[in-house]
Amino acid sequence: MASTAALEVLQSAGRRRARRREWVAVLGRAVRTPRGAIGLGIVGVVVLIAAIGPAVVPYPPDNFVTRPFANPSLAFPLGGDVLGRDVLSRTLAGGWQLLLMAAVATLLGVGLGAAWGVSAAYFGGRWDTIFMRIADIVLAFPQLVFALLLVSILGPKIWLIVLAVAISHAPQVARVTRAAALDICERDYVRAAQIIGMPARKVIRREVLPNLTSVLMVELGLRLTYSILIIAGLSFLGFGLQPPAPSWGYMINENRIGLVANPWGVLAPVLLIAALTIGTNTLTDAIARASLGVGRGADDALLPSITAAGAMT
Amino acid sequence: MTANTADSGAANTSATNASAAETSAAGTGAASGTGAVSGDGEVVLRLVVEDLQVLRASSGGPAAVDVVDEISFRVQPGEVLGLVGESGSGKTTMALALLGYVRRGLVFGDGKVLVDGEDILRLPPGDLQRLRGRRIAYVPQDPSSALNPTLKVGTQLREVLDSYSGDHKAREDRLAEMLVEVGLSTVPAILDSYPHQLSGGQQQRVGLAMAFACRPELIVLDEPTTGLDVTTQRRVLETIRGLCQSYQVAAVYISHDLAVVSEIADHVAVMYAGRVAEVGSAREVFTAPAHPYTRGLLRAIPSLSDAHMLIGLSGQPPRPGNRPPGCFFQPRCEFAVPECEAGQPPMIEVSPTGHSARCLRAAEVVALADTAGGPPPRPASPAAKAPLLDVRDLSATYGRKTVLHDIAFAVPGQQCVAVVGMSGSGKTTLARCLVGLHPTWGGDVTFAGKPLTRGIRRRSNAQLRRIQYVSQNPYASLNPRRTVGQIVEQPLDQFERLPAGQRYERVVAALTAAALRESFVDYYPDQLSGGERQRVAIARALILEPDLLVCDEVTSALDVSVQASVVELLRQLQAERGLSLIFITHNLPLVRSIADQVVVMNAGKVCERGPVEQVLEDPQDPYTVQLMADVPKMTVAVGEA
Repeated sequence: MASTAALEVLQSAGRRRARRREWVAVLGRAVRTPRGAIGLGIVGVVVLIAAIGPAVVPYPPDNFVTRPFANPSLAFPLGGDVLGRDVLSRTLAGGWQLLLMAAVATLLGVGLGAAWGVSAAYFGGRWDTIFMRIADIVLAFPQLVFALLLVSILGPKIWLIVLAVAISHAPQVARVTRAAALDICERDYVRAAQIIGMPARKVIRREVLPNLTSVLMVELGLRLTYSILIIAGLSFLGFGLQPPAPSWGYMINENRIGLVANPWGVLAPVLLIAALTIGTNTLTDAIARASLGVGRGADDALLPSITAAGAMT
Repeated sequence: MTANTADSGAANTSATNASAAETSAAGTGAASGTGAVSGDGEVVLRLVVEDLQVLRASSGGPAAVDVVDEISFRVQPGEVLGLVGESGSGKTTMALALLGYVRRGLVFGDGKVLVDGEDILRLPPGDLQRLRGRRIAYVPQDPSSALNPTLKVGTQLREVLDSYSGDHKAREDRLAEMLVEVGLSTVPAILDSYPHQLSGGQQQRVGLAMAFACRPELIVLDEPTTGLDVTTQRRVLETIRGLCQSYQVAAVYISHDLAVVSEIADHVAVMYAGRVAEVGSAREVFTAPAHPYTRGLLRAIPSLSDAHMLIGLSGQPPRPGNRPPGCFFQPRCEFAVPECEAGQPPMIEVSPTGHSARCLRAAEVVALADTAGGPPPRPASPAAKAPLLDVRDLSATYGRKTVLHDIAFAVPGQQCVAVVGMSGSGKTTLARCLVGLHPTWGGDVTFAGKPLTRGIRRRSNAQLRRIQYVSQNPYASLNPRRTVGQIVEQPLDQFERLPAGQRYERVVAALTAAALRESFVDYYPDQLSGGERQRVAIARALILEPDLLVCDEVTSALDVSVQASVVELLRQLQAERGLSLIFITHNLPLVRSIADQVVVMNAGKVCERGPVEQVLEDPQDPYTVQLMADVPKMTVAVGEA
């Protein structure tokens, strides 16, 4: 029997001790794959350009420093825009707001959607029906049209655009979260918490949500991609940062008439937006794959919902 | 086929034949490689497995890790070999290997699988594929997932028969014949049914029909009766037994359930950590086990006929790549001597009939069967006190359907009441009503003199605290994102505000009560074995010092040796803490080892209740009588000689 005790000590030494926030672990695994590294690299470069760009502009972005649609030259590497402003300066200065708006809209949208979906799954029955039918109604509007509708009624305010995009995300996130949470809510550990009379809020926060981490991470990445596109699109249509302030979306719009004269006025923001969305999407894909690898029992149940989210990209 | 003598008589006859074959193989060397006919008698070896090895495919690793290795056994036509082992012992890997298949990530190493003398592992993939289904058949564990839900049973059976020789007429005749043989011919319109329209037992019969359709030479059955209730299990086992004999097929029956194997198998091979620990005739292995592991398993099995203590095996089986030096069982072995660490012991023969075990002290272990008695009888429970829980006229509904009808029983203080029934009898619904998870019931239930309200929301804190619940599946009852400490502490958070230090003390006390060490506090559930997880679930229930513990099938997901230790733990807790237990189970023999009172349920009604000896020794209700008759019994148990 002494040797048995020795064996147990030996076995317990093999078990890893204090662990891990799951999202850190998943992210770590994701960026160690080639796919994740490339995605993170692309996103990193674009974010860096947008973040430090305003500080390193060669000319004030709103000043007329050259002639309209000037060809690229040493002094103006990307030439001039429709009014003779420096395209490089405007590109460097015009990204941070898009990124910030997209990030806030995504966080809000996924937060709202997660709360919505988990509540529907947890309370079930009549509540489930009510919550999900409301989601269906919101889903009936195409996202961009929904945002346009709100903004054109209430005016092009930045906070309103962010809110509109967030609200348009929420029902889609709610669907995915609900599907994943339905399974978790039937688990015995949720029952065990209910049996001792734990309030619903606490059960959701402590027992259900932590088990949805990977689903929510994938949703965050996916929705971020959509947010960037929608906000850039709204900005292209003139809803967003008002001229003369530089923004990537509106740059495409104002410079498209000079596409032949100096294509960089359009190409620079287009390439950056494209690179950004490709980067976030690639990274999200890597995260989805990495979170499948988390596997080990409980996560297997989330497998279908994660792959479904992946398929949507 | 000429081996009728081998299977018609007692198991003894076939054992002698097997050993005769073995000796002749060793003596003349003629049978090895061809394995067809031995010198004396007319014994045919249908299946010969020699030193089979399955390795984990290592990509550039230092040394390949074996999953199973040094597996050798033989099966004659008409004979059933039981391959027994606990989870992780490599028995499923073995089952698939007999079909010439390995799971992804594994490869065949050395060794042979000879079917009628032909090494199937050396066959080209095409030939092997043609062999499967025609000469080697497989019956999977879960028929509901093995049958295609979108095809009619008839279509699926005819598909199998496509490879059967003969014209259309011959195939249809064969189909009709098969249905009679597996006992499905009386089911109306069976061929036009979809799998979901059949019961679990009928589905498994379809699986059997598919397997036997082409008159295979070898059939591999992977736990085909797991998930069936005992009555269905008995009938399916009888069908299997009959088919194996009439077709003279060699069968390998894989199971974790020793009682089932003792009913069906002529020979038994016990697997431990990827090796055959012991092999011999079923009678010998079960009456006089030669390996300490087999002995341990047998001591852990509850018996319907006497109430003995269940003795679990301490420790856990080693995983591939993490196996101890020397004998793999040595760290858990009560017979271990220093030599055991020196090297893997050879198979040592303990009887002339071929009974052998991979243990240096095999002879001594066998001898123990005659001298030492069986496991000690279970200690008496504390005296019954006034009823703690009194259930009267409890009826529960799901929507408009009434699933429980007028349930009445009482749980005396400090006693264990077992609720026994097959799946669908309503026993889990009863548990859910009592703990408050299923609020749509009516009737009078009093707990400690006060009426028990229906839903959780309406119950007082005192009632919530005093009734605790341990659920069936320890793999689903612990939140994978929280540490053991957080899990066990959770009920405490809910009811008591304690400083961190005291809270930690309570957690450790609860863990200790559940026979877990303090160091478990920082582990996550996925770092624990099944038995440890169930102990954590018990610790979580104990931390509030409840009066009544509702245990819903708490051992059904556990191996038998782990089941034994969990049941013993519950029994001790009952004695030491004056705890009352409601022990819900489908396992009748287990009731004998833990319960004081028993309630037998059938179709949502109580059909019999009373003290455990009275109900199990002199059952009155026809349903109970039938149930008792169908429970697979160990024909022979350790130490009973």
